[in-house]
Amino acid sequence: MIAQRIGLGLLTLFVISLLIFGAIELLPGDLAQEILGQSATPETVAAFRRELGLDLPAYERYLGWLGGVLQGDFGNSLANGRPIADLIAGRLGNTLFLALYAAAIAVPLSLALGILAALYRNSLYDRAVNVFTLSSISFPEFFVAYILIFYLAQSGFFPSIAKITPEASLAEKLYRTFLPALTLTLVVTAHMMRMTRAAIINLLASPYIEMARLKGVQPGRLIVRHALPNALAPIINVIALNLAYLITGVVVVEVVFVYPGLGQLMVDSVAKRDITVVQAAALIFACAYVLLNLTADVLSTMSNPRLIHRR
Amino acid sequence: MRNTKNGRHVLDISRRGLLQGASALGAAALVGPLGTSYASAAPKKGGTLRVGIGHGNTSDSYDPATWTDLFAQTFSAARCGYLTEITADGSLAGEVAESWEASDDAKVWTLKIRSGLEFHSGKTVTPDDVVASLNHHRGEDSKSAAKPIVEAIKDMKIDGSNVVVTLEAGNADFPFVLSDYHLAILPSADGKIDANTSDGCGGYVVDSYEPGVRATMKRNPNFWKEDRAHFDGAELLTIADSAARQNALVTGEVDVIDRVELNTVHLLKRSKDIKILATTGTQHFTFAMDTRAAPYDDNNVRLALKYAVDREELVEKILSGYGEVGNDHPIGTSNRYHASGLEQHAYDADKAKYYLKQAGLDSLDVSLSAADAAFAGAVDAAVLYSEKAAAAGINIKVVREPNDGYWSNIWMKKPFCAVYWGGRPTEDWMFTTAYASGAPWNDSFWEHEKFNKLLLEARSELDDAKRRVMYEEMQAIVSSEGGVVIPMFASYVMAHSTKVAHPEKVGANWSLDGFRCVERWWFA
Repeated sequence: MIAQRIGLGLLTLFVISLLIFGAIELLPGDLAQEILGQSATPETVAAFRRELGLDLPAYERYLGWLGGVLQGDFGNSLANGRPIADLIAGRLGNTLFLALYAAAIAVPLSLALGILAALYRNSLYDRAVNVFTLSSISFPEFFVAYILIFYLAQSGFFPSIAKITPEASLAEKLYRTFLPALTLTLVVTAHMMRMTRAAIINLLASPYIEMARLKGVQPGRLIVRHALPNALAPIINVIALNLAYLITGVVVVEVVFVYPGLGQLMVDSVAKRDITVVQAAALIFACAYVLLNLTADVLSTMSNPRLIHRR
Repeated sequence: MRNTKNGRHVLDISRRGLLQGASALGAAALVGPLGTSYASAAPKKGGTLRVGIGHGNTSDSYDPATWTDLFAQTFSAARCGYLTEITADGSLAGEVAESWEASDDAKVWTLKIRSGLEFHSGKTVTPDDVVASLNHHRGEDSKSAAKPIVEAIKDMKIDGSNVVVTLEAGNADFPFVLSDYHLAILPSADGKIDANTSDGCGGYVVDSYEPGVRATMKRNPNFWKEDRAHFDGAELLTIADSAARQNALVTGEVDVIDRVELNTVHLLKRSKDIKILATTGTQHFTFAMDTRAAPYDDNNVRLALKYAVDREELVEKILSGYGEVGNDHPIGTSNRYHASGLEQHAYDADKAKYYLKQAGLDSLDVSLSAADAAFAGAVDAAVLYSEKAAAAGINIKVVREPNDGYWSNIWMKKPFCAVYWGGRPTEDWMFTTAYASGAPWNDSFWEHEKFNKLLLEARSELDDAKRRVMYEEMQAIVSSEGGVVIPMFASYVMAHSTKVAHPEKVGANWSLDGFRCVERWWFA
């Protein structure tokens, strides 16, 4: 099953690369015009295109790019000639660091909040947690970020921009990126928390829970031992989706905190029509989705004995 | 854009503003104007200056042909030497060129290259490097934004320690052209420069550069200027979001920022640790009409549109007072030959109606294309224009265009659109760039026989008094017959912490002291 899924994943990546290439082709203007901007003249634009091969037909450029990628060579950025592998490596590292940091806070937090909310459902606590997480997900991310900056950065507790250098120690990095990680945590917690709560509450009406309750199991144990294992599948799927979001969808947070991640690279490159960089970044994002979804499916299969031991 | 005012701090919230921070751009331009004065003590050495800049893109590179925005400009001004430098008071000083001399017809220029200059790599700066650096922007394969400004060079020869430049036609302002920020002097080998080198002969040596993120530099120990380069090092940061930039200054993450949001500048002013610095030079915002197409081919219509704009209101509301009204010609009050005697065009609905009648029209319907990529507040400015013009029977339909691709798809394509100009240090350069017949950036497609003739004559004229008469006449012609509405000259508005000091006179030719804050400023 996994081999089949990986095969389908590769096909997805191929289709995505076609779609992205086509979409960029449809955008008005090309790299030469965007880089030169107001200073462009017809001759300089033509010289730019000649040098970079932008005057070749679209399919030739796509096939050339595909050939390189199949051999593991993503090529160079059209705009500044830097190898894309170098360009992306650092940015990908930053993006994964921030995503893991945020996930390390958000996942345990939302599971705990969700389980407690199921346990004390309809209590004051349940309502308070719901109102808080739903409000923080309802505000746009940049608004949450500005509020955090206003209270936590302007008062001097944390830096307002997440400037990290390769030499910085881990503690320094964690400190400097705390505000963006906190912003992302606030943004993703509600989804996972609500799903945990809903999945568990759904099960509480089942006959086997009724049975457990009748034989005298404590409410806490009832939920963690009896209900949670059966609720894992939907929870894992939601966590995987949110992890993918933390990797691919945080460009606004990156901009507000001046954090050099992949999202910023992708937006910059689209603005300048630097198609090779856009393609590489898009493939990484697509990979993140494919892999995380695959992992989620494998894990939820494993959490369900009926699926493992099929008749 | 919406702003919330929270106590004494500034929160500017705008998703659109966030994502396009880096899309504003700088045209090839320079100015020679009056700066702002502050009392200041003698410079001290030391410290690392951190500058938050609203520009900078991941696709930037070391290649001078591709420099367009303030990040590249400030970075290269600290790293590289240029043949000439525009000083803070707008005059011209020698840098890599120690001195220069023109033939009587201003056609042949002899530049004496300063001896004993070294690149950071230790290589001596030679006339060959100068020629190769200029050649990088010339020729058929040039993809340089500076190609049009070096096109006038016919030939370059090396004569000992001199470079002899022969121009197609006389140009009395040629040394000013050599200060253009693209024309950095870089080391050459076999007559070619390596466009991707990080080398240079300026006051600061590159430590690291990550395009679109940051650049760090150290002082060049061999720098030849004794009264410059006071900081031990400098760090330039791209902070595209204006709220993030202002927050970084308020929280002490950076020492200087450019492009202060004009809507919130009064809030930033309240902090006692921050100083606002505004300089007015030649940066101006325009509405360009395609004079080849009806109805703009009739000068009466153009005049009606010029009298229908309320300039004072635009300066007050769009620039928050940080600017001056324009008079429909691109020469600012800080330019040498600014024509102060011209009648100032002002909002007058009756006059606008009168000119419409002269054109045989009772009312006029036009579409004005604008986007904030043209200049910050362009769409708002267009809407204000439209409101005021309605009283004169002119119905301006404001078309909001996408920021993305504005310069390739809207500018010089739509018959009436908003435009940004950084301006040029000399009258000739400005007129030649955007008003001369057939110029690639003549965005009103304007042809005026007398103007073009005067432009040629004035260019090679070395007599100051005669030049003044000619340039004033040209400004009068552009103002009354040109195809561009120029309602305002905008100041560069920056902010810095009180720890940073700068000379009494700050260059107004460009933002950040003519790009040279790293070289000219110091810590108090």
